[in-house]
Amino acid sequence: MSGISRRRFLAASVAGCAATTLAGPRKALASGTFSGYPDGMGVLVDLTRCVGCRSCEAACNKEQKLPAPDRPFDDMSVFDETFHDGKQKRRPDENAYTVVNRYNPEGGAPVYRKVQCNHCNEPACLSSCFVNAYTKTEEGAVVYNSKVCVGCRTCMVACPFHVPAYSYSSSLDPVIKKCIFCYDTRLKNGLPPACVDICPQEALTFGKRKDLIKIGHQRIETHPGRYVARLYGEKELGGTSWMYLAPVAFDQVGFDPTPGNEPIINNVKDFLGTVPMVLAIWPAMFTGFHLLAKKQKGHDDHEHDAEQQQGEDGGEQ
Amino acid sequence: MKSLIGWGVKPVDSHVNEKNDKAWTFKQKLFLGLTPGQYLGQALRNPFNWILGIIFAVGLPLIAYRYFFGLGAVTHASNDYPWGLFLGFGLFVMVPLSASGFMLGTTVEIFGRHDFEPIERLALLNGLLGYFFAVVYLLIDLGQPWRLPYPMFVSFGPAAVLFLVAWHVATYLSVQVAEVSVSFFEWIGWLGGKRFIRRIAIGLTVSGIILSTLHQGALGALFNYAPGKVHPLWYSPFQWIHFFCSSIPAGLCMVIVVSTIVKKTMAWRCDSNFSDNLDRCTLGLAKGASLALITYLVIKLIGIAHDNEWGYLATGWGAWFLLEMAVGVVLPIILFAYAIRHQVVKVARLGAMITVLGIALNRLNTALIAFNWQLYQEIPHIFEVIIAVTIFAIYIVVYRFILYRLPILYSWKAQPEEALAAEAVRPAPIRTTPSPAGAMYRKID
Repeated sequence: MSGISRRRFLAASVAGCAATTLAGPRKALASGTFSGYPDGMGVLVDLTRCVGCRSCEAACNKEQKLPAPDRPFDDMSVFDETFHDGKQKRRPDENAYTVVNRYNPEGGAPVYRKVQCNHCNEPACLSSCFVNAYTKTEEGAVVYNSKVCVGCRTCMVACPFHVPAYSYSSSLDPVIKKCIFCYDTRLKNGLPPACVDICPQEALTFGKRKDLIKIGHQRIETHPGRYVARLYGEKELGGTSWMYLAPVAFDQVGFDPTPGNEPIINNVKDFLGTVPMVLAIWPAMFTGFHLLAKKQKGHDDHEHDAEQQQGEDGGEQ
Repeated sequence: MKSLIGWGVKPVDSHVNEKNDKAWTFKQKLFLGLTPGQYLGQALRNPFNWILGIIFAVGLPLIAYRYFFGLGAVTHASNDYPWGLFLGFGLFVMVPLSASGFMLGTTVEIFGRHDFEPIERLALLNGLLGYFFAVVYLLIDLGQPWRLPYPMFVSFGPAAVLFLVAWHVATYLSVQVAEVSVSFFEWIGWLGGKRFIRRIAIGLTVSGIILSTLHQGALGALFNYAPGKVHPLWYSPFQWIHFFCSSIPAGLCMVIVVSTIVKKTMAWRCDSNFSDNLDRCTLGLAKGASLALITYLVIKLIGIAHDNEWGYLATGWGAWFLLEMAVGVVLPIILFAYAIRHQVVKVARLGAMITVLGIALNRLNTALIAFNWQLYQEIPHIFEVIIAVTIFAIYIVVYRFILYRLPILYSWKAQPEEALAAEAVRPAPIRTTPSPAGAMYRKID
């Protein structure tokens, strides 16, 4: 073992990790928490007001130029549809960015719940995307750039709300399909999304997220019998732009009752934090092991080394 | 092949044809020194090739079908189960089974345990091919596979775990190509290339360890994005350590399994250096694997205790989890202990096979079976299964193609000094005599 091979080792390992090290410092920027843009918009969904008319579904379909549905939007029998042996109700897919489901809580009137992207403050889809296809805009929308999407579908695995859908039927241009808060056509210009605009019951309230939080808590205080005392989405999973008020416990209307208040990215921060450490420590540690093993070995493997040495000397003559 | 050797045919294992003292041509090397007729004959006589033929006849059109009609046509991958068998098996199982490359690289190059050299090249090749085919599975599964280089060149999401996986698998694949290229350079007779790789071997090996640690772990960390979806027994905040730790026995045992198959079906290709040392190496690998398995068992238990998940063990999922642990981890530990104590290689080989299946089951459980445990169970489409089997068959064919030719299982007999001197500008210090039969160590330089 000589200086030459150490130098070579350094050169080789630097070359070997150069690419990966580049990623290291940038990752640090992702730590720290983000609680949403100060003037980000949102929607407050009041399940006590929703009557299940499905006009939001129709408006979304028209605004986003989605294909006509199998059953018309005034057909209320879709509420009885279940999938996978009754284990699942309707969910957003490539042809519908929002759906309304009916729940029958124990001993109460039916409750309708609108499902769409909740536009998280720290979206799991965004933080899991390895080509940065998602953007959280200042207006509060989580939008998606299909031009760079590779189709790995990690965002679908990561989304705690089961929202992003994939156009599996397309062979040449399959992309993620999800609610984008009508960003391109409306939100950008300060307008509410199509579903909010059309809602006849004012079940959906559009406004600045920080104002909606106040309105939500006001309603709970004013009508304590009407609501459970929880504004779902205020803190859950780091907070969402769309928030919900419900008359019954949230698990009875299809919500995960205990998602935690940590954004999804916090689950991988520990791992991402170890990456620069491994990159920095492993080379020295294992070269150290190598040197220790060599010194201990004695004559055992000198044959191997001596030859290499000879070869090198030969080269320098 | 056996019968041909019986007739006195000798497969190429040297630079020079001993019969006429001429260097083998590239075409002769490709045909193993047989005539094309002989080669075709031995291929047709092998019943395994007929099975492969049937698999390809069904599977290759289905792969074409997938590209014409989209993923929806061949898989049950859905909005709730974005990852099906292609990733569940192809990526999450193939990658841990390929940890052998960096394990044996570390053993031999870093710790200087040259007594494992007879099996080092097989382990490196196993690593390279496993990774390569994990990428092939990925190319089947990605919605837009032609955009695979995007995370490298077009659009960057460096805070994503998958970004890490992409970069590390790509760089590690290049590292492994370099490591395995030593055999290729010997085979084509370009010793300059071989010498160059030998010089940077330590650097390559250390970068291999770094990249392996990180992306074996990163595959586990990917599931940390879905804390509510993976069953708590298969989920841990320390998922990356679980995946990294279990990849060690997986990789070591995969080498044992492959070497066992090779010993049975390709004995003609193994030289005495490989065959005579295989049993000893197998027991050595088994020792390493059992240490890693015990560690894995302990961190699994810590994982349950850490999140206080004891209650889940009494459920149906708990029984399934305990079965995975009992058969996939505890049973091999017992078998290895017996094998090492009594020096029974056969039992070690059995233990290795069970370990490979056990780790594969763990990955399938995490990615598919216990995924969305509160939702519904996804059953892969039959076409999905057939395509997965077809890619695996291609993997076997490529594996065999390389083992038949490159000096992985045997030592290459180097060319004589005059030829070398003409080729290399400087006097070459390469040993010219072939290694004596039964030599303890493979001579590399």
